[in-house]
Amino acid sequence: MAVDTGQRRPTRVSGGEGGTGHLEELRVDPIGLMNRVRAECGDAGIFRLADRDVVLLSGAEANEVFFRSPEEVLDQAAAYPFMTPIFGEGVVFDAPPERRREMLHNQALRDKFMRGHASTIAGEVEQMVAEWDDEGEIDLLNWFAELTIYTSSACLIGPRFRRELDNRFAALYHDLEQGTDAIAYVDPYADIESFHRRDAARIGLVELVQAIMDRRASEPLPENEEDRDLLDILMSVKNPDGTDRFVADEVTGMFISMMFAGHHTTSGTAAWTLIELLRNDGAMAIVDDELAELYSGGAEVSYQALREMPHLESAVKEALRLHPPLILLLRVAQEDLECEGFTIETGQMVGASPAVSNRIPEDFPEPDSFRPGRYIEPRQEDRSNPWTWIPFGAGRHRCVGQAFAMMQLKAIFSVLLLDWEFELTQPADTYRNDHSKMVVQLQQPCVVRYRRRAVPRSTGAAG
Amino acid sequence: MRVVVDTDLCQGHGVCESEAPEVFAVGRDHQVEVLDPSPPEDQRSAVEAAVRFCPTHALSIADD
Repeated sequence: MAVDTGQRRPTRVSGGEGGTGHLEELRVDPIGLMNRVRAECGDAGIFRLADRDVVLLSGAEANEVFFRSPEEVLDQAAAYPFMTPIFGEGVVFDAPPERRREMLHNQALRDKFMRGHASTIAGEVEQMVAEWDDEGEIDLLNWFAELTIYTSSACLIGPRFRRELDNRFAALYHDLEQGTDAIAYVDPYADIESFHRRDAARIGLVELVQAIMDRRASEPLPENEEDRDLLDILMSVKNPDGTDRFVADEVTGMFISMMFAGHHTTSGTAAWTLIELLRNDGAMAIVDDELAELYSGGAEVSYQALREMPHLESAVKEALRLHPPLILLLRVAQEDLECEGFTIETGQMVGASPAVSNRIPEDFPEPDSFRPGRYIEPRQEDRSNPWTWIPFGAGRHRCVGQAFAMMQLKAIFSVLLLDWEFELTQPADTYRNDHSKMVVQLQQPCVVRYRRRAVPRSTGAAG
Repeated sequence: MRVVVDTDLCQGHGVCESEAPEVFAVGRDHQVEVLDPSPPEDQRSAVEAAVRFCPTHALSIADD
């Protein structure tokens, strides 16, 4: 019996006949392109990004190879050229797994800091809604983007630094995120509008940080050590000759990179959770009831946000499955490797797509529908599909901020939904993502209406 | 009951150590160390909580 055990190259997807291959399609309809790769080529297929092949993997078996491969086989740092102009030269995109574990242990993401973060986040939400009238409208992109600048700077750098920020920082940060056009795969410094704005925004952020550093240099440090923050620590580090070890440009690069992974991701997920809860009949009522019951005794958000809230958590997970903030994860093959009988060659880029894998119908029945019930025991479709439920990635490079992100989203909605009601102001299908940049954001307009509850759920619902 | 760890997945968050300190420790190399690979039955609920709340789903229980 003849069995074909010969390895073969993955086939190439249709289209992409121009000089830059599928780059133009990736800039317009990346999810359409990636779904076509799976439909035409199966678990491994090739699309062309300028002069390079990208082997796109999907499905549990291929994804497991992708996510288990060590750095020496599939390198992450080389795969994201569009990040260098944002972070600055010399600031790494991502540390190797060993260093990541070390960082996790030495900084703000540790389990034991979570309760403090929950209370900080609740305070930031309360501060922003304090400016609201009894009813009004907010743009979801702008509102959540500003909120998550404050929460991430307060939790990751420190409340003292957070208090020195205002909406200017958020606006500049948004321009940075918009400077992630896939054209960067051809030239990260191409002469296009969004890259000019990106570079101007980075300069603007350095100026803001420089002004904060100048002010601090002329003032005494807070007496209480607990009131000092990461910027105080960085400013205290000196060279042997007594000069400052870190200039504002380096400090800004570090802060940008620390905040990057948790910013647009959390902001977009908060917006999508709210949109899906509002546009699916009955979904909001289930979450409302859960929160009303949890908070009926007047418990603090900082405490409850760390506990299980199965319905709110499931809504967030389902928003993440349908609208993963990162739609394409990339690596560069450092050696030839084999995957389901296909050969991936040294130098090829290799991708896995949360947007594609999260909607595989065999793993997720009714893949395009918002069904939070799929996470409730015994279904638990996230746990039973560890290699295809991948909004946080998987394996060695799995998002280290996942626990922080889930806690943050629970804290945000605990404050928002207890005292406020929301409704869509646009037809439900006009809330969409803008996929023209590698950093996916909500497309504007994306407005919702808020109204103060006549009886706050925190005090009234239990009676 | 036997505790199984997928070391490819462990990032050393330390949740297991909080849930079942007699069974798990996260040491200086920031990877989980299983102190007792076959813990007694009275540890079952603590180990199940560790498995359930592990942020990277690196733990499981095998019943032999």
